[in-house]
Amino acid sequence: MPEQLKPGVSPSDHTRGARNPQLEIVEYGDFQCLYCGAAEPIVEEILEQFGTAVSVTFRNFPLRDTHPEAYDAALAAEAAAKQGKYWEMHDRIFAIQDTLNAQHLIQIASDLGLDMTRFRNDQQSPEVLQKIENDFESGARSGVNGTPTFFVDGIRFDGAATDLYVMISENAS
Amino acid sequence: MLKKNTPAPDFQLLNPEGEVVSLSDFKNKKNVVLLFYPADWSPVCGDEISLFSQMKPIFDKEDAVLLGISVDSFFCHKAYTAHRKIHFQLLADFEPKGEVARQYGVYNEKAGYNSRALFLIDKSGTVQWSYLAPDEVNPGADGVLDALEELKETNV
Repeated sequence: MPEQLKPGVSPSDHTRGARNPQLEIVEYGDFQCLYCGAAEPIVEEILEQFGTAVSVTFRNFPLRDTHPEAYDAALAAEAAAKQGKYWEMHDRIFAIQDTLNAQHLIQIASDLGLDMTRFRNDQQSPEVLQKIENDFESGARSGVNGTPTFFVDGIRFDGAATDLYVMISENAS
Repeated sequence: MLKKNTPAPDFQLLNPEGEVVSLSDFKNKKNVVLLFYPADWSPVCGDEISLFSQMKPIFDKEDAVLLGISVDSFFCHKAYTAHRKIHFQLLADFEPKGEVARQYGVYNEKAGYNSRALFLIDKSGTVQWSYLAPDEVNPGADGVLDALEELKETNV
């Protein structure tokens, strides 16, 4: 029985790429996971080349005990989303993954021109905490077995981002 | 491997503190999820034990206790538990080696360690669900969480 995404992609998710995708990719990831960091440019390449046909959704799966900064980074990204800057924050966090800490997260938020009072409040808001918890639980129930785990059209894709790229390229040609 | 509706064999194994833990400790109290796995110290981040440890709050909500079982000694489990910050008990199927895994039908004779397998045992001590994964693939928690949901529905 293939592992199925539960629940499916909804407007409460962060999704970029095609509005009406022919192929829907969901990534469960952790901002401090090196494999997720390595996958990021490949996912961006997929969007660059196939962004008119493919959408990519990112859900939080922070492994807090392994990656002490991962949860705070997820909070920062979700708080930035409250001001319409989710992907800007997401991309910048991955860009400085090696040196991730609380000060850097604040610095990015400030560089993005976020309202900092609101940002700090949102980082601790029950809604943001719940979003991350929901993402994590949905990952557990969908069979996420490491990070990153990708789903393609709701079915777990047992491969890395490079395999995903190859699969999409072959489908497109 | 033991299938649904089989009585789960009881066991007495040492936890990382060197204390005896029995399956029967949980009878009529908790559902038990047994995670048989090859060994501590898998060389990846997000290995099966770390993942399940991070998912423990979900199992708590489902009234289920997680127990990991490998052939490593309790000293090894103690070091691994501390290093990886594991939030559930790892039990040492150490002497006679793999004895409990054998009783559950998930000992890999050739390799000399436990296969990667999951069992859900209900409060009456009966196997409700089981799954054998390839050694190199983390099974994920979806199957056992679905089985727990099903168990809840039948008990209503």
